[in-house]
Amino acid sequence: MKTERTSWGRYPRVKAQPVHPVSWTSEPLPVPPAGGTLLPHGQGRSYGDSCLNEGGTLLTTERLDHFLGFDPATGVLRCESGVTLDTIVRLVAPQGWFPPVTPGTKFVTVGGAIANDVHGKNHVREGTFGRHLRRFELVRSDCSRRECSPTENRDWFEATIGGLGLTGLITWAELQLRRVSNPYILQETIPFENLEGFLSILEESERDFEFNVAWVDSLARGRHLGRGLFYRGDYAPPQFDAVPRARAIPSGLGVPFDFPGFALNRVSVAAFNALQYRMRPQGLVHYEPFFYPLDAVHGWNRIYGRQGFLQFQCGVPMSHAGVDALREILDRSAHSGMPSFLTVLKVYGDVPSPGWMSFPKRGFSLALDFANRGERTYRLVDELDAVTRRAGGRVYPAKDSRMSPESFRAYYPEHERFARYVDPAFSSSFWRRVNGAG
Amino acid sequence: MKKVLVLGATSAIAQATVRLLAARGAALYLVGRNPERLQAVAQDARTRGAARVETEALDLDDLARHEALVTRAEEALGGLDGALLAHGILGDQAQAQGSYAETEKVLHTNFLSAVSLLTPLANRFESQKAGTLVVISSVAGDRGRQSNYVYGASKGALNVFLQGLRNRLARSGVAVVTVKPGFVDTPMTAAMKKNPLFASPEAVARGIVRAVETRQDEVYLPDFWRPIMFLIRGIPERVFKRLKL
Ligand SMILES: Cc1cc2nc3c(=O)[nH]c(=O)nc-3n(C[C@H](O)[C@H](O)[C@H](O)COP(=O)(O)OP(=O)(O)OC[C@H]3O[C@@H](n4cnc5c(N)ncnc54)[C@H](O)[C@@H]3O)c2cc1C
Repeated sequence: MKTERTSWGRYPRVKAQPVHPVSWTSEPLPVPPAGGTLLPHGQGRSYGDSCLNEGGTLLTTERLDHFLGFDPATGVLRCESGVTLDTIVRLVAPQGWFPPVTPGTKFVTVGGAIANDVHGKNHVREGTFGRHLRRFELVRSDCSRRECSPTENRDWFEATIGGLGLTGLITWAELQLRRVSNPYILQETIPFENLEGFLSILEESERDFEFNVAWVDSLARGRHLGRGLFYRGDYAPPQFDAVPRARAIPSGLGVPFDFPGFALNRVSVAAFNALQYRMRPQGLVHYEPFFYPLDAVHGWNRIYGRQGFLQFQCGVPMSHAGVDALREILDRSAHSGMPSFLTVLKVYGDVPSPGWMSFPKRGFSLALDFANRGERTYRLVDELDAVTRRAGGRVYPAKDSRMSPESFRAYYPEHERFARYVDPAFSSSFWRRVNGAG
Repeated sequence: MKKVLVLGATSAIAQATVRLLAARGAALYLVGRNPERLQAVAQDARTRGAARVETEALDLDDLARHEALVTRAEEALGGLDGALLAHGILGDQAQAQGSYAETEKVLHTNFLSAVSLLTPLANRFESQKAGTLVVISSVAGDRGRQSNYVYGASKGALNVFLQGLRNRLARSGVAVVTVKPGFVDTPMTAAMKKNPLFASPEAVARGIVRAVETRQDEVYLPDFWRPIMFLIRGIPERVFKRLKL
């Protein structure tokens, strides 16, 4: 079966690829046709080409989605790798548990969350997804199976967390969930005038709140450069009297067709930013709009039109050089004439991940979305990449479609050790790109 | 349906239905051929809240074992009030045209084995004056078409059998639900090119549960197939036989 699979950014586009659905953990992996390679594919919520494998076969895990067990006393969950966080949350939240780390969308699979070692708004406290993994099974193209944990096959465990799907197929995993007393978050929203304003709220927020994230007005320049809203919150205490502001967002809204390319321009972005700047949720909010604000609109990536969009997410050190880099990145994008539709600023703590290739490091994270306008956009993203590199930062592969082999080597010093664990039959468009082979 | 026997439990539509039943706290007796897969489906159902789950690995083509199977399921769950027949094969039309053996295989699995299971089940449900029989048929049973009339015939025969059974059991309060899905995106149709007519097993499962709850006799899933099949059935044979369908 051949189908066209795209990543969330819908750039780059690759030709229709053979798709091999994996439905059962006991199934052997297919043998790729001569010269071809395999790559696991979850829900395709990565933005660039790390979940694509042009010319190769995608091992899709939609049907590898059985729960293997959940203990409501300890919060230990075992499930197959194609189970989504959405399915998990629906099962465990009513029983008082939640994934300790969740990205900004719940439509990701456990396998994808491991392979990108995803992080949430609480990186400072909880680190990445991989830190809460107890064990998983890895199947290689030579039919070998390994159960991997911090004590068993530890090297495989560490290579596979953040291993971009290249070390083999994760068939199932066991996670430690965390207790939550109710589905509500106690939230505060604080406006800041510029980047300095952000920094002055940061320390106190990091100390006093579990969840911290900021939205930045990408069009603000000059002394307003980096102005935005700081959202911070904690799980609400077990007893609360206040009436919740927002409940679960009704799902089912969708974007039924591709918007024309001109829909996202300075004017519409400015209008969106103005609106965003006025919305300041406070008090009790349901976890849905708090963690997953964009999930309410299915297929929102289609508002970027057929050309898709590029996300650029970098992490830079928490230092003067890092702050300068943030400033330069915001400044360049504000002046580019191609404003970022959604700009998100976060902080990473120093809780280590077991994964060698895990992206987050103590510092700031900045993510920008650019509608794809061809060469101009690529040049801008390449410039932002250069700024990041000079500042000693790194770019997130899950969001990347541009980084060069030189940048990759600079960003991920462990890449050589990691490469020895890559399955000889596995590859991705991303992997060939950053290895200068395609 | 609170105590349900599921035949062909590892099929995509059955799995999706099992998940919905499990979340409602049903007790399930799952039957399929592959023990490992059956275990995966059972563990999944337990985790999702099934009151209890028993499994039995069995090839349902072995008709001689059906009677005892139904008895075991009934004993294991302490009674039965529902059965879902979801096992079936697509077969290969071209091969079936060339060999009766292939044709017989399709008829055996899709028709005879269903009849052989429905017979003891219907008798039990009739005598307990309660229960729901849900059988996955297909829109292909509504009219024979050159591209898959062997499969279609197995489902068409099944539909007529179910009509009669429904007629007989109506007075005992036993429901017989004929489910007619169109194209469903499952491993059975993995080789087909996908188009917007394809439905997900989850959508079909939701339709099945809705049909059971609203006590429908015959349900097309998704329901746009009802008008489509109405039109297809209405084409005069004279014209139909020249169409390439
Ligand atoms: C709206 C939105 C918000 C997001 N917010 C965040 C965020 O806050 N933090 C963050 O870290 N990320 C975030 N992301 C990115 C997303 O969390 C990651 O890209 C995630 O890995 C996607 O999971 P997926 O199941 O869609 O995997 P895919 O994108 O399909 O695949 C991702 C990688 O996982 C590999 N993979 C998938 N399944 C398996 C398996 N079974 N075994 C081995 N390898 C496998 C693939 O080969 C690929 O390399 C966001 C994405 C979106 C669309």
